[in-house]
Amino acid sequence: MAESPFKVDIERAEKELTEKMTPGAIAYIPGSSVINKTGSWRVFKPEFNKDKCVRCFLCYTYCPEPAIYLDEENYPVFDYDYCKGCGICANECPTNAITMVREVK
Amino acid sequence: MAVRKPPITTREYWAPGHAACAGCGCAIIMRLATKAFSEAMEEKYGDPNAFAIAHATGCMEVVSAVFPYTAWKAPWIHVAFENAAAVASGIEAAWKKLGYKGKILAFGGDGGTADIGLQALSGMLERRHNVVYIMYDNEAYMNTGIQRSSSTPYGAWTTTSPPGKYSIGEDKPKKWVALIAAAHMVPYVATASIADPYDLYRKVKKAAKVDGPAFLQIHGPCVPGWRIPPEKTVEVAKLAIETGVWPLFEIENGDIRNIKFQRFPKDGKFKKPIEEYLKLQGRFKHLFKRPGAIQELKEQIKEMWRVLGKEVELP
Ligand SMILES: Cc1ncc(C[n+]2csc(CCOP(=O)(O)OP(=O)(O)O)c2C)c(N)n1
Ligand code: SF4
Ligand code: SF4
Ligand code: SF4
Ligand SMILES: [Mg+2]
Repeated sequence: MAESPFKVDIERAEKELTEKMTPGAIAYIPGSSVINKTGSWRVFKPEFNKDKCVRCFLCYTYCPEPAIYLDEENYPVFDYDYCKGCGICANECPTNAITMVREVK
Repeated sequence: MAVRKPPITTREYWAPGHAACAGCGCAIIMRLATKAFSEAMEEKYGDPNAFAIAHATGCMEVVSAVFPYTAWKAPWIHVAFENAAAVASGIEAAWKKLGYKGKILAFGGDGGTADIGLQALSGMLERRHNVVYIMYDNEAYMNTGIQRSSSTPYGAWTTTSPPGKYSIGEDKPKKWVALIAAAHMVPYVATASIADPYDLYRKVKKAAKVDGPAFLQIHGPCVPGWRIPPEKTVEVAKLAIETGVWPLFEIENGDIRNIKFQRFPKDGKFKKPIEEYLKLQGRFKHLFKRPGAIQELKEQIKEMWRVLGKEVELP
């Protein structure tokens, strides 16, 4: 399984970020929003059926978070730490390889 | 199956964890535009990171910069509501003096661009700063609770254009800032939409590569502001194009006699009625009880196409 392109950001933000004011109010860690695991917002969860996927990249292109990255074979990988469950990927997938199912927590 | 290369770069400048609503169309613009920009910088200067961003206040600024966090992975400055173009101009002038290679990107919403930032934008274009200004158009002031802007379409409900006994909702035609930008005769002006993400990507790259200013007006649906379900964001944007509501075009050097169109029906006849676009959105719900208003909107859309040099038929 490929790694999230944000792995280093997550590690750095979790290690270094403090709530203290910084000089000039500079948010000095690029991409530090990764500290917010927005996956907790989700009501519906995208379920991926690899057999139906034709690797068209559309879900990857459209995800607004992004909570989809690509594995070594360019299949989409869903990052449930950040997926807000909007359903755009499922709505736009040309082969119905993605189904939205109610989240159980 | 051979593994195809992704059509867009896998570098990301817009990180998750930002606070945009689920399904936000404008968040898609942020992500794709910065990806395209970096690809252009790589091709032009050999450095994908050769850019900085000035961002007007509005939803995309607020959701991406909840102190002390930032969703941006590029140098980024939050400025006031009205002056993204002015600040981008200043950064560009400083880069020039310092001998930095690269280009400045400015983002503003429709309120920040069509209304309060219009003068700063005009100055930036007039002075020929090497900046790409992207107006992400969600057609109202969303961040402060859905007030109308001059880019809100005719007939739309907003909190300051409420339909009722004496009102049909927004009662003025949409202002097309792309045409105002083109009147400055700058190298490149275009409209785009998340409905066609690869066209959007190509246009941002083109804008980033021209020498001098460029302006893009990009359609980005808003879930609460348009009263749409989150999964329909892209679908609604597609209908805007298929029904003739949103034109896709490019204007180079202000040459309005040679506008290049994308996805325009050859015979000028749009196949789907604008009602298909309107009915998916709660902000237009009241219009279905006022067919006269839908007819008026159709006339305004035809007039918009006429200004662009096209006679169209709307079913
Ligand atoms: C001078 C000034 N007036 C008002 C505001 C409050 N304000 C912040 S964002 C905003 C609306 C932004 O609308 P738009 O540019 O369309 O961006 P959107 O929120 O829709 O993305 C307003 C009125 C402000 N920040 N500065
Ligand atoms: S449901 Fe929305 S947030 Fe989740 S992966 Fe799909 S497009 Fe991304
Ligand atoms: S949109 Fe569907 S077919 Fe295309 S890559 Fe995503 S899951 Fe696969
Ligand atoms: S209010 Fe609209 S523009 Fe703002 S974050 Fe939500 S969906 Fe996006
Ligand atoms: Mg707006």
